[in-house]
Amino acid sequence: MSTNQQPGLLTNRSKVVSDKKMTFMERIYFPAIIKGFGITFSHFFKKKATIQYPEVKRPIAQIYRGKHVLKRDDEGRERCTACGLCALACPAEAITMVAAERKPDEKHLYREEKYAAVYEINNLRCIFCGLCEEACPKEAIFLTSRIVSADYKRTDFISGKDVLVEPVDQRIDISSRQTPAVLNFKKDKNQSHNI
Amino acid sequence: MDGNYILYKFALASVILIISLVVAMYATLIERKVAGFFQDRLGPNRAGIYGIFQPLADGLKLFFKEEFMPGSADKFLYILGPSLTMMIALLTSAVIPWGDSLIFNGVEYSLQVADINVGVLYVFAILSIGVYGIMIGGWASNNKYALIGAVRAASQMISYELAMSMAIISIVMMSGTLSLSEIVNQQHGFNWNIWYQPLGFVLFIVCAFAECNRAPFDLPECETELIGGYHTEYSSMKLGFYLFAEYINMFISSAMIATLYFGGYNFPFMDDLGLSHNALTIIGFIVFFIKISFFGFVFMWVRWTLPRFRYDQLMRMGWKNLLPLALVNVVITGLIIMLKNHS
Repeated sequence: MSTNQQPGLLTNRSKVVSDKKMTFMERIYFPAIIKGFGITFSHFFKKKATIQYPEVKRPIAQIYRGKHVLKRDDEGRERCTACGLCALACPAEAITMVAAERKPDEKHLYREEKYAAVYEINNLRCIFCGLCEEACPKEAIFLTSRIVSADYKRTDFISGKDVLVEPVDQRIDISSRQTPAVLNFKKDKNQSHNI
Repeated sequence: MDGNYILYKFALASVILIISLVVAMYATLIERKVAGFFQDRLGPNRAGIYGIFQPLADGLKLFFKEEFMPGSADKFLYILGPSLTMMIALLTSAVIPWGDSLIFNGVEYSLQVADINVGVLYVFAILSIGVYGIMIGGWASNNKYALIGAVRAASQMISYELAMSMAIISIVMMSGTLSLSEIVNQQHGFNWNIWYQPLGFVLFIVCAFAECNRAPFDLPECETELIGGYHTEYSSMKLGFYLFAEYINMFISSAMIATLYFGGYNFPFMDDLGLSHNALTIIGFIVFFIKISFFGFVFMWVRWTLPRFRYDQLMRMGWKNLLPLALVNVVITGLIIMLKNHS
């Protein structure tokens, strides 16, 4: 912290307001106006802050929390067992699901005996906090660095399983969010969530 | 007066009309570009390369917008307002000398539509009517914001016309003529009026900003207080006419500034180039447009630098500062002319 700062002030940029009489040079405006022209003109040649969005994208964090994905396991079976913990953990109440029992001939589709027949996330309600991912005991739901795109209708923002479940042939990489440290934390018996 | 002459005048008037409209159209794009650059942005750049089709898109949008007329509006005056504004904005271009003359087959074709011997008075007359377009539009809308905006516009334009006229009177006294082409010809080469009338120029340009209702004198529109002022109730192409007229006014004002103070189509060392009369005229025309573009840029530069004046500040400046200064300028000019003639 700089030493010449007055006590009680966060910065030393504040100025004391005064109502002293303006000098003649100040009253005829023109010197100040010319100075203003100089300031605006210098900005004319400055580097522009614009990012040409669809072509150029801002760098985002490694662990960016964007659009959700419902993961499959290595054999291509859905991991979700429709336990409802994510919906319970969700502070925005954005997740709804309908559970169903797996038929014997569906063993190649669902890993657990129970699965989510309907799984919907309302992206307009979602606050992208990542608590669903934290709550999931089956490592099924993750947030990804993909961005929820704009749409015309409110109903179009409700993503069902057709959007959320990752395609078998196009796996979505979530290794940046599911690091060993995160996995260990989830399984740590000393943490209250595992007692 | 033969048919050829009428045809040539008609063609010239049409060309100048089209140039005015195209310049005004692209001035909207340039304004947005300049504004963007002043604010560290890029401005419109999606419609075509460098946003070159943006004005077309904007124009198209204005045409397709809903044509809304308030139920309590005076229908005739409501339509008359923007039409009048547009017409008056275009009228002034008739007397501006856009270039010297072109000589084909021994016949001289002047690049000025009407070389009337009271050109300066004509400009003043047209400027004074300009307030009617806004006043009528604001009144016919039957909306209090529009009315306040119109009243502000009227008082502002009438106030600043005085100082403006006084500033030009010094020029008229100096050159001894009211004809614009004569005034330009007297500024041959680098003998521009700005060297003799620096104070007059400052007064004139300040008043020109006020007459065009441009920032920092854009109180009649004043989005923050009056939600658009006199054109609050206008939509579609009627609004387009008001906005468009503003840019045409800007263009014409820049042309007037260049004509009266910066030598019009004259440029330094024009006699030393050894070019033919026609070549000089064409170069002069281009030079004139460079001057106009520069003042157009100054208009934008001022808009994106200075905040809007408060209403009382505006009136105080017009009546208590600019008008006395203009009168002093007239007196000084008169004294110098008298001393010169005496010696």
